[in-house]
Amino acid sequence: MNKISLIIQREYITRVRNKTFLLSTFLLPIVMILFIFGSAFLAATSKDKLKKIAVINDPGFFSRNLKTDSTRVSFSFVNDVDSVNYGAKGYDAVLDLRNDPSVKQFVIHSAKQISGDTKDVIEKRLDNAYQDYSLQSRGIRKDILDSISKISSGAYSIDNRVKTEKGVSKKVNAEVNSLIGFLSGILIYITMFVFGAMVMRGVMEEKTNRIAEVMVSSVKPFELMMGKILGIAAVGLTQLALWAILMTLLSTISSAILSQQLLEQAGQLNQQLPAQGASAGFAGKMGELSTIMGSVNWLLVMGCFAFYFLGGYLFYASLFAAIGSVINEDPQEAQSLMLPITMPIIFGFIILSSNINTPDSTAMVWASMIPFTSPIVMMGRIPSGDVPWYELAGSMALLIGGFIFTTWMAGKIYRTGILMYGKKASWKEMFKWTFRKS
Amino acid sequence: MNILELQNLRKYFANQKAVDDISFQIKEGSIFGLLGPNGAGKTTLLRMITGIFYPDEGNIIFNGRKFDPINDIRYIGYMPEEKGLYKKMKIGEQALYLGRLKGLSKTEAMQKVKEWFEKFEMQSWWNKKVEDLSKGMQQKLQFVTTVLHEPKLIILDEPFSGLDPVNANLIKEEIYALAKKGCTIIFSTHRMGEVEEICDQIVLINKGKKILDGTVKEIKNQYKENIFQLGAETNALHLATFIFEVIRHQPEKLLLKLQHDATPNDVLKHFINQNIQVHSFNEVLPSLNEIFIKLVEGTPEARQFEKS
Repeated sequence: MNKISLIIQREYITRVRNKTFLLSTFLLPIVMILFIFGSAFLAATSKDKLKKIAVINDPGFFSRNLKTDSTRVSFSFVNDVDSVNYGAKGYDAVLDLRNDPSVKQFVIHSAKQISGDTKDVIEKRLDNAYQDYSLQSRGIRKDILDSISKISSGAYSIDNRVKTEKGVSKKVNAEVNSLIGFLSGILIYITMFVFGAMVMRGVMEEKTNRIAEVMVSSVKPFELMMGKILGIAAVGLTQLALWAILMTLLSTISSAILSQQLLEQAGQLNQQLPAQGASAGFAGKMGELSTIMGSVNWLLVMGCFAFYFLGGYLFYASLFAAIGSVINEDPQEAQSLMLPITMPIIFGFIILSSNINTPDSTAMVWASMIPFTSPIVMMGRIPSGDVPWYELAGSMALLIGGFIFTTWMAGKIYRTGILMYGKKASWKEMFKWTFRKS
Repeated sequence: MNILELQNLRKYFANQKAVDDISFQIKEGSIFGLLGPNGAGKTTLLRMITGIFYPDEGNIIFNGRKFDPINDIRYIGYMPEEKGLYKKMKIGEQALYLGRLKGLSKTEAMQKVKEWFEKFEMQSWWNKKVEDLSKGMQQKLQFVTTVLHEPKLIILDEPFSGLDPVNANLIKEEIYALAKKGCTIIFSTHRMGEVEEICDQIVLINKGKKILDGTVKEIKNQYKENIFQLGAETNALHLATFIFEVIRHQPEKLLLKLQHDATPNDVLKHFINQNIQVHSFNEVLPSLNEIFIKLVEGTPEARQFEKS
């Protein structure tokens, strides 16, 4: 036991003292923020430019009802354009509305493929135009239709309140919950790879440096492996704690600056436009945000995050250690051996990202039970607050059982692999090492 | 007293008998040479003695009791053939760490490391990293970390490979000094010159089996071929006799092989009777290298022997 703690200490101190640790601790949050904003920015700017579409062969009602006031598409009803010369006339595409009324399918000619988004917009516009036309043909005047659509769009919003165990009705916000779940899922996903790879590289280093043999003549291979895994776990927790502190500091500072600005702006607006009550609007929005953030059960989220971070890490770290122990100097070998380990992690991430808005779907429930994916997927369900306790307990128990099993198995492979040089072990051999008696 | 006794040790791997029924004893305080060509099973044997592997069959008796790796490991220092250290770790910390893993307390380890660093004039290296050291310096550090915890049994696998003569001598002196203090040293190598010079007792293994066991002198006597070297000025006329055969004839030196009923004195008489001045006369024992090549030749591994 004393020896394990020595190994843990060494693994921890050499890594924390390393410059790359400090660098990654301070750079990763910045990179992540840049990544989030960057992808949001890209998503915002990657929207198609305004498509100018020439419409020909109008059966009669579209020219009156097709709305063209959009940033996405503009329709021009023209006569001198056909499916060949639209480019020369300055149009991106030409929409031909002539067809058999029973088929209800039109043809759009374009030089480049029309994106799915743009196609949706056009189809919706055509539907709306047809609806308007149908209503008008049943006697409703166009100006009435227009005024109705103006007041009816975005007239209502829904505020979801959920009954808590104490019987208090609580305001929840599914979007915020999903976002928190998604971010913590991503964070676990990333850290699992980062620290798993760190374990693997550490084991490879010991093997290729040939220090492994010196070490196993002093300590048991299992102690060596566990010491490394636990030491790196401590590094991971330190890094997470530093990030948490950093984030809190940053958000306190930024919110202090922001709210000051907001207050000033609100004050100015009040002076300039007292009638519009802008400051009340701002204050309301800020208040709403704080109640939503307050509605999240942070203690549960943080506690579960710590558990699933550690559990997921322990589950995979020993597998990474086993892989590291059977690799020789060639990093190419690592690639092919790592695949079966990285696949379930990536699979978990895919389940999380595709089901984040339906935390109770069957896929999410199952994936949050199975230890291979549960650390990532369960974090997507936790912030919604309605994971039954028995599901949470089951998932946690399975994860604990899972990492005991993987550690036991990895220990067997590691013990043999760490002293094997020359050739790469095959899966069959590793399987044999696992199940032979010591 | 024997510090180590191996009794019918066997270790089979899936496709080979790495160690196949090997027994021998090592006396406390002796320098013992474990010899064998590459792939003979030396490393496997050493890994069993250091508790890294368990033997499939047979017993290891350490210090009079059955070998118990967990507790006995602190009395053993092992320096493997492939030297290994943490490249990014500072030298002083590394030595401390490896010493403490062997069971030394922090203060003990610190004191021992300082002593050894002083002895090898390594004090200035303390804060350097292993990757900054030359291969010879790394070897010295490795040796220090092996003997730091004052083991009773020190196992050195090819300790001189990569060392220049000055540093090799330094370590050789330390090996003698440790043996004098009562440490037992197992010395695994395939360089016969080193063995002849250092070892009291040797065992030769090949293909997992023991093929020789004894002191250097015993073995040489066992394999001697009655060859003598005579220093005298002779010509072909002086050599007509049935007592010996001339193997090599140089103007002032003769290499003779005695017929087996002849004695060295017969040879001397032969020359003295002819009134030839004999400057020197001595028996030429085969070198270990010759014995081993003779013994293992013909087996595929034999070709990997290195000349001393």
